Amino acid sequence: MNLRYIIPLIAVIVLFLIALVGAQVPGFQYVFGVVIPYLALITFVLGFAARVIGWSRSAVPFKIPTTAGQQKSLPWIENSKFDCPVKPWQVVVRMALEILTFRSLFRNTRMKLKEGGRISYQLELFLWVGALAFHYAFLVVLIRHLRFFIEPVPFVVQLVENVDSFFRMEIIYPVFKFGLPGVFVSGFLLLAAVSFLFLRRIFVRQVKYISIASDYFPLFLIFGIALSGIFMRYVTKVDVTAVKELTMGLVTFQPTIPAGVNAVFFVHIFFVSVLLAYFPFSKLMHLGGIFLSPTRNMTTDTRARRHVNPWNYPVPVHTYDEYEDEFREKMVEVGLPVEKMPEPAPAQEPASDSEPAQEEEKE
Amino acid sequence: MADETPKPEELIQIDHAPPKTDWMEVPVNIRKGMYCYAANPKSVEYVGLPHAREWNPLDDDWKLPENWQEILHEGFKERLEKFRSFKVFMDICVRCGACADKCHYFIGTGDPKNMPVLRAELLRSVYRNDFTRMGKILGKVNGARPLTVDVLKEWWYYLFQCSECRRCSVFCPYGIDTAEITIMGRELLNLLGLNIDWIATPVANCYRTGNHLGIQPHAFKDMLDFFVEDIEEITGVQLDYTINKKGADILFITPSGDVFADPGTYTAMGYLMLFHYLKEKYGLEVTWSTYGSEGGNFGFFTSHETMKRLNAKMYAEAKRLGVKWILGGECGHMWRVINQYMDTMNGPADFLEEPVSPITGTKFENARSNKMVHIAEFTSDLIKHGKLELDPSRNDHLKVTFHDSCNPSRGMGLFEEPRYVLKHVCNHFYEMPANTIRENTFCCGSGAGLNAGEDMELRMAGGLPRANAVKYVHEKFGVNMLACICAIDRAALPPLMEYWVPEVDVTGLHELVANALIVPGENERATDLRGEDIPGREVVEEVEEGESEGESEEQADE
Repeated sequence: MNLRYIIPLIAVIVLFLIALVGAQVPGFQYVFGVVIPYLALITFVLGFAARVIGWSRSAVPFKIPTTAGQQKSLPWIENSKFDCPVKPWQVVVRMALEILTFRSLFRNTRMKLKEGGRISYQLELFLWVGALAFHYAFLVVLIRHLRFFIEPVPFVVQLVENVDSFFRMEIIYPVFKFGLPGVFVSGFLLLAAVSFLFLRRIFVRQVKYISIASDYFPLFLIFGIALSGIFMRYVTKVDVTAVKELTMGLVTFQPTIPAGVNAVFFVHIFFVSVLLAYFPFSKLMHLGGIFLSPTRNMTTDTRARRHVNPWNYPVPVHTYDEYEDEFREKMVEVGLPVEKMPEPAPAQEPASDSEPAQEEEKE
Repeated sequence: MADETPKPEELIQIDHAPPKTDWMEVPVNIRKGMYCYAANPKSVEYVGLPHAREWNPLDDDWKLPENWQEILHEGFKERLEKFRSFKVFMDICVRCGACADKCHYFIGTGDPKNMPVLRAELLRSVYRNDFTRMGKILGKVNGARPLTVDVLKEWWYYLFQCSECRRCSVFCPYGIDTAEITIMGRELLNLLGLNIDWIATPVANCYRTGNHLGIQPHAFKDMLDFFVEDIEEITGVQLDYTINKKGADILFITPSGDVFADPGTYTAMGYLMLFHYLKEKYGLEVTWSTYGSEGGNFGFFTSHETMKRLNAKMYAEAKRLGVKWILGGECGHMWRVINQYMDTMNGPADFLEEPVSPITGTKFENARSNKMVHIAEFTSDLIKHGKLELDPSRNDHLKVTFHDSCNPSRGMGLFEEPRYVLKHVCNHFYEMPANTIRENTFCCGSGAGLNAGEDMELRMAGGLPRANAVKYVHEKFGVNMLACICAIDRAALPPLMEYWVPEVDVTGLHELVANALIVPGENERATDLRGEDIPGREVVEEVEEGESEGESEEQADE
């Protein structure tokens, strides 16, 4: 059981050492700073695309949305537009709520079996809060990092940075100075959230029971990314200009390894590379998959608009004629109408004799 | 109820703590009371499904075909290509655990493999091993394992401990639907002839006689005749019904369970009375059918193909009889099939008309393509337009709560229609707590073909969350009647109530409608449809339902 997080933990430590030591070897800085990031990015893009294409190649034979609200039926009954969407724009809203606010997770309850055998289901939002904090902190960190890849730095990035560093914390003791570069909340929040998600997997017994190596590995990796980033920014005070020279070199396909890029940076960029390369082969693909989830991304007007199954094929059925052939005498006996009256002679129905019934339309 | 079934005091002792051992190391223990008997080979053979044979889940040897692993591997692969749902759901679960305590079988049994996430992992572990690189490299540490006989047995055991209720899918941040996974898993098991008899035999019956119970046409008619006699005894009205009639306005299809066993029979009587009323007052002719004498579809619990084969009769019969559209009775999974599958697999039903209520003129636009209307939609529309003369005080001896059936809830969104009807046919209606109704509703514990006798412990455990909520309103408001719109519910909930909340009875919606319905020419009714006296019925209030909404409905939303 322990192996399920011990192995990923060891893996991340090994990755850390590889980067730490590897980048010291002459010439290998280019490998860690240029070659591996490029390869990782290519793997990410191609792998991600391949997965999404793989999913879209699979058919969607039926419309199977989960209806979590009142259907649209009679005009005087209010339709729950975003939990039981009928129109495409309502589906878009449902998906947006799901993707941007983790709406389904917001419904989360915790079941408790109480003394006396009563069961309660209480709203339980820790997971929702933790997940939101994690994803949004990560997003802000990502946006902030665009500074390293775009010149001049776009206004949006600066805006995000300003908001992110809104809470300034400055401790200026003679022996300990902290906060001078402007503290970005997102980085610490990411670290905290990722720790929470990890501790949850360790301490919530049911979650622990279901967790596997690929649940722990990305958590450790992201923890490493956040920690090395924070370390670089606030402790080792990486030479930001040098880093930007390197990253801009990557973007403009004129890669260089400027002097002044320290070891922690190589650990950081190596972790990020591993995460990118690992992404398409892992559960992290929920980022792409959620858009394709048939229980969420389809309209619920399944009786009003026919959905076509691309592989629909004819199937053998038991026809009415076959049915009547078997039960005709009994039906006639109790006065049930039949298509064909039984012949007076022993009823031996020729199988081919299944003339279509004359159908009368009645107004 | 089987004698071995533990007492409620014993069954409630549930330990939700998972064992110390890794779940892959815990061997499956197929336990009496928790599983259903193997399919009768004759039934499997009758519908031409493969590998029909005698086998026993308790035996070591399941007499699997020699190349069973290959069959499953190929079957798995085929389904990954045919169903995006399956493929995406295999790939994107992050095991956040939000679904874990949402499953009624987990709540009731504490068995961790009944957590939806782990139920899916049973298949996902094999998927990782067979179809992903990461799984092949990392193996067990990463939750991958090869498909062995033990794994297969585990699949079988737990895929028949899922009622495909979709409750977990409401809470999943990616909408992963365990029902979908169970459906695929059961399809795979059926490739090896590993169905349960409580599904396989109804399927064979339905194919042959038009209904799950194997009621032949003459017997079906006899049963309706019998109801007609009962109704005459109670109301003094000799009513007429229409069956297999060409040129009728509407074809009515409902689960056969309702013509067969109490308390569903009272719901069937309710239908008969409603249709009689509509014919007398408005000249509407609704015909029953013996060929289409089953709304339910146990093919849905077998394979997509079997579902399609059984369901085909609905449109075929509507076409043969030349009706305008189809009205569907109270049933759960039937409505999942009709609402989300029927038009796609059996349609287009272009030979039918877009459904319009000839009485109110209401166009059922939500059913304009598949041409099938739910009777709760139909009746609520009639009541809304004041077309039914009702005396809800005839249900005054009942304090009613409403159980949302899984499939009409999470596969359709039918919430308000039955409530509207209920509030107009009875005066005492109380909701169960919000986390246990509507899209959060709990399964009866016996859905998706698990309503057998031999798995009673599973059913009582799985039904616990539902029963627990009923018990709550029983104690708080004195609720004594549990209304539902599903035939499986009507078969499954009475023993469940008897077990957990013996003071509460079970009824269908249209039994209550018929109790309240003032049928032309009826005598002063002294009893309800069950022949039970209606206490304190001296004062009969005139209740006219107008266009306005929001009458004084007694209701307690918590």
